Amino acid sequence: MNAARVGVVTFPGTLDDQDAARAVRLAGAEAVPLWHADHDLKGVDAVFLPGGFSYGDYLRCGAISRFSPLMDELIPAARAGLPVLGTCNGFQILCEAHLLPGALTRNEGLHYICRDQGIRVENADTAWTGDFEAGQEIVLPVKHGEGRYVADAETVAALERDGRVVFRYVGGNPNGSMNDIAGITNEAGNVVGLMPHPEHAVEDLTGAPSVDGRGFFTSILKKLVNV
Amino acid sequence: MARVIVDVMLKPEILDPQGQAIARALPRLGFSGVSDVRQGKRFEVEIEGEADEAALAEVRKMAETLLANTVIEDFTVRVER
Repeated sequence: MNAARVGVVTFPGTLDDQDAARAVRLAGAEAVPLWHADHDLKGVDAVFLPGGFSYGDYLRCGAISRFSPLMDELIPAARAGLPVLGTCNGFQILCEAHLLPGALTRNEGLHYICRDQGIRVENADTAWTGDFEAGQEIVLPVKHGEGRYVADAETVAALERDGRVVFRYVGGNPNGSMNDIAGITNEAGNVVGLMPHPEHAVEDLTGAPSVDGRGFFTSILKKLVNV
Repeated sequence: MARVIVDVMLKPEILDPQGQAIARALPRLGFSGVSDVRQGKRFEVEIEGEADEAALAEVRKMAETLLANTVIEDFTVRVER
């Protein structure tokens, strides 16, 4: 069987695409580079939108990236069921593209936060979390200045009611997000966004606080193999 | 030529920590009597023709599409005289 192919998107200003591609390869999949200016998803089985400062965060984080040629292809594909994971800036782009509800804005404390962060997996049924247990606590790096998840009260209530809060901060909320939300999913469970960085926590050698990030990549591989 | 102003503000229910930081700084600088500050963005859009209703409708569309994230922000559009 051919390896599953996971696309990793690079925008101008993306920082984490190389780590993401490496994490994909470590899990046993093929990492396929996708370029923001191409109208081409190269037939990938899933897409990882990595973090960074795409288009310089001009206007708002993700506001301009969301209109890139690649996103013209990705948005309908995600609506049709293509698994997509966005971390940090990738999460911001998914919200700006309205693939996920709500928005990410300035941290409550105004400081850029870079630390190892406890996170509870609240939903282990998405395309990207099947290898975790619901209620499992993991540790991943966070590094962001605009990670405060906000949405109107009805949206947050609906996310909670439908189990679409996938990750919650534990041991202190780094950014003041509503309900300690660290990550959410869409109704179908194929699109997941979170502020923490699984791609930075896959190898002991890099000084990561854990290798808990591996679970995201093994989850999607198992999902793709079993589809 | 006309200049159309688009003001974008966080919705009232969204916490604005930048505005709060400014409000906290003002008394230290000797400005008293300020109960709150909210920070927003102002865009000056230069248009080629008259700022007629059709042009303003186009600017409103720009604001909805790109200048504001209407999930968390409100905007107003007006012509600068």
